[in-house]
Amino acid sequence: MPDFKPRTVYVTYIAATPEKVWQALTSSEFTRKYFWDRDIEIEPKLGGAFALKLPDGKVNVRGKVIAWDPPRKLSVTWQVEWPEDFRKLPECVVTYEIAKAGEAVRLTMTESHSWNVPEAILSGGRTGWPAILSSLKSLLETGKPLAIQMEPPREMIEAIRRL
Amino acid sequence: MSKPHFVYVTYIRTTPEKLWEALTDPQTIKKYWFGITAESDFKSGSPWALKFEDGRTADTGEILEAVPPRRLVIRWRNEFRPELKAEGYSRCTMEIEIADYYPDRGGKAVKLTIHHEVEGESAGKFIEAVSGGWPKVLSNLKSLLETSDIAFQL
Repeated sequence: MPDFKPRTVYVTYIAATPEKVWQALTSSEFTRKYFWDRDIEIEPKLGGAFALKLPDGKVNVRGKVIAWDPPRKLSVTWQVEWPEDFRKLPECVVTYEIAKAGEAVRLTMTESHSWNVPEAILSGGRTGWPAILSSLKSLLETGKPLAIQMEPPREMIEAIRRL
Repeated sequence: MSKPHFVYVTYIRTTPEKLWEALTDPQTIKKYWFGITAESDFKSGSPWALKFEDGRTADTGEILEAVPPRRLVIRWRNEFRPELKAEGYSRCTMEIEIADYYPDRGGKAVKLTIHHEVEGESAGKFIEAVSGGWPKVLSNLKSLLETSDIAFQL
């Protein structure tokens, strides 16, 4: 496997247990609420298949589990399959790490890339992750996600077209 | 290479006015900032400081811009860790926007963006320190506004 370097890191502290955060990251009951209606399919083992699916059944992201250590660490390869243009993007790696922090947990999301990815393309994750993880925190702490409306940034779409 | 800087975005179910108040009211700051509080009237040109509970000064500076409830810019220097103080003044910009949300889902939210960078050349220690601190402070701030309680104590 090529060398993946962290390029975007997002940390949030959530008043919940590590088990609850793990469940929210790995089950559709939760992802549907905080991750723009996406269902998650994940085989609970190293090398298992991973996918995020849109409500119409289309695969948005596909990958493989490369770290599976509940409730501490989950790492998946991340190949965007929809929208179609995004298939040109080399796969990246998304890692979630969960650690106790007093009565809460620290959740760290790291997006790592194996190539010299332009800032314009990184803007996609840097725009999306704060909304997704803010919504996840709200869902676990209040029972209600945040419904932030968002499109991929224009600079990202243009940079993908140039690939 | 761009200068070392820190950017953090969080979405909070609140209003810009309530968020502005939470960012500028010393008693509220104390609740989510682990006992640290601010001394300032948060008007453009005013002095600003962060104080520990025991009265020691954590940071000092001045308010460069205050546009309630939208934008706050603080000139900011650490005072209690010599290696951070040595990096001189930084600039912290806080921007509050209404987030686009799906109105039929009750998801009304505010977007808070924090941008923090050191004014001059630096070894990046100050930015490293605030990169660890901001997520803690802002996670607690979000919890306080959404649930009336903070997420955790240090």
